[in-house]
Amino acid sequence: MQDASTLLPLKNPPPRAALNATQKQAVEGALASLRDTPGALLPILHAIQDVLGYIPEPAVPAIAHALNRSRAEVHGVLSFYHWFRTTPPGRHVIHLCRAEACQAMGARALEAHAKQKLGVDFHGTTADGAFTLEPVYCLGNCACSPSLMIDGEVHGRVDAERFDALLVETQEVQR
Amino acid sequence: MSTTVYVSRDASALAMGAERVARAIADEARRTGADVRLVRNGSRGMFWLEPLVEVVTPAGRVAYGPVQPRDIAGLFSAGFLQGGAHALRLGAVEEIPYFAKQERLTFARVGLTDPLSLEDYRAHGGLRGLTRALELAPADIVKLVTDSGLRGRGGAAFPAGIKWKTALEASVQPSALSPQPSKYIVCNADEGDSGTFSDRMLMEGDPYVLIEGMIIAGLAVGATRGYIYLRCEYPHAHRALETAIAIAYGNHILGGDVLGSGQRFDLEVRLGAGAYICGEETSLLDSLEGKRGQVRVKPPLPAVKGLFGQPTIINNVITLASVPIILDQGAEFYRNFGLGRSRGTLPLQLAGNIKYGGLVEKAFGLTLRELLYDYGGGAASGRPIRAVQVGGPLGAYLPESQFDTPIDYEAFAANRGMLGHGGIVAFDDTVDMAEQARFAMEFCAIESCGKCTPCRIGSTRGVEVIDRIVANQARAQSETLLRDLCETMLHGSLCALGGLTPYPVLSALEHFAEDFHKPSPPSLAMGERVG
Repeated sequence: MQDASTLLPLKNPPPRAALNATQKQAVEGALASLRDTPGALLPILHAIQDVLGYIPEPAVPAIAHALNRSRAEVHGVLSFYHWFRTTPPGRHVIHLCRAEACQAMGARALEAHAKQKLGVDFHGTTADGAFTLEPVYCLGNCACSPSLMIDGEVHGRVDAERFDALLVETQEVQR
Repeated sequence: MSTTVYVSRDASALAMGAERVARAIADEARRTGADVRLVRNGSRGMFWLEPLVEVVTPAGRVAYGPVQPRDIAGLFSAGFLQGGAHALRLGAVEEIPYFAKQERLTFARVGLTDPLSLEDYRAHGGLRGLTRALELAPADIVKLVTDSGLRGRGGAAFPAGIKWKTALEASVQPSALSPQPSKYIVCNADEGDSGTFSDRMLMEGDPYVLIEGMIIAGLAVGATRGYIYLRCEYPHAHRALETAIAIAYGNHILGGDVLGSGQRFDLEVRLGAGAYICGEETSLLDSLEGKRGQVRVKPPLPAVKGLFGQPTIINNVITLASVPIILDQGAEFYRNFGLGRSRGTLPLQLAGNIKYGGLVEKAFGLTLRELLYDYGGGAASGRPIRAVQVGGPLGAYLPESQFDTPIDYEAFAANRGMLGHGGIVAFDDTVDMAEQARFAMEFCAIESCGKCTPCRIGSTRGVEVIDRIVANQARAQSETLLRDLCETMLHGSLCALGGLTPYPVLSALEHFAEDFHKPSPPSLAMGERVG
């Protein structure tokens, strides 16, 4: 006789965590101000991510309900776009350009250096929670390659040495 | 009397340290008691000179660059506020050959004016095109644009006038979304091609010209609402547009009474979310509607059935921003630039491994070689330029033997390449073209919307096949397979992403075959150590 719990479907999702108070406020705020705009889903997702840094998974049913769309649809949109994330980022997000103009100026070497220096692969966050490394395909700074963006500020002509200096500067600004 | 000093707020100038330079100037002015008025302009587009500082003197604007914060004290003591001599003094920007040789129509004001000052905008010819458009019948505006020969600057080069005429003649459909459905003007500001930054520069450096162009488009086809679909990787352009739109509303340029005409035009910025495919017009429309950015099957054309099912003009930033000058100066004026079927000017962008990278707005017809060497000064590394990719990640890699191709849509198409959005990325002789070909496939795999099989699956298989070729596994068969795969993608894909990815791959294979045929490294004996 098997235990009842083992009869559950293997991929049964874990019980949904509820949104905490901050998250709830961010999600409800975004929904209240944007739900009636045409094509509201992307603006809503941006608004939530702007406040929280990511879109917590329990926000999906709330958004779906407000827009009268299925959870699958909302999840489909959320997972389609590279910019949106469903896990908290580190305190600083580094967007490292991988595109051709940067490649022509040594972006591949810079990418290898960044990963080694931070000890993470793309989409990873350093163990101390300081930096998240994300790939990006062009920052429009192609005449000053290689480029990266830290917390919304673009930096040009970044080599390994400059990269290390930027990490230090970023953490100093924070303190 | 205060002295006006310009320091750019363009994202690339900031990336080179313009913010710290501006702050240092303000600090030094305070310290020395100098009366300085700092204006944060767009960039003149000569990025090797950024951060560029321009001082207004009785004899005109005098430029200094590239300036770093440590230079500021020295500049003040050299009397740079009076245009004094200094090692970084460049003289008038207009006399620097790189700039002097250009034909700046669309970019006439970028770097010259305060991007957010309406006064500056009007003083430099702004709003004259819109004023003219308000006197014309919609069909006459469309005719002017058609006669100017303006073609879509986003990459596809479709004649703007024909698109506009289709939208003008299409009728609004009844809609469940709105009691008063409208046609739409959508600006494609999802400038995702590597090596391109003209849209960004224009939005940051002269946002009103884009707003003006969109209002004119609205008048031309009877649309009262516009959206700028901006990529989220451009936070500086986002801030510039939001501020400019708010000011335009406050001054009756946007809203219910455009320049006192009683005509309405509303405009909003919408942010993309890091999907390259949303630069494709129908994906962009789906994204604006709040969906996954998946390509639509055409027909129906967006001009007939576009955003929310309504007739929609969707044009690139540069296309729309070129409209005001056409209305102001006439179709003939614009047409007189360029050659063949490529009329007007194209803002070209020199990028990658190039000594003098930046923006070069020129009439069509100059050659790639002139751009790379006369303007670009060769590779930044000082080594020979080996390959050039024109037109973004879907553009062909051109070898030196094709550098005499004129900048002209048809000439590039004849070479199985494309001019696209005018981005030119140079590579020196250290480039591994097999790696570049592999990246083209990899990028397509990452960015495919997944709707059609040749693109979704073909790109992944493409990466694998290139890996096999480079690893010398069944080389002949693998190469045949790769060419076959490229043919399938070329003809079987729904849009340009899958359909053009073969261009960089095949051109690399064609012109740089030796990079795919590297001798395999000598196998190491057991226990032998490397390095």
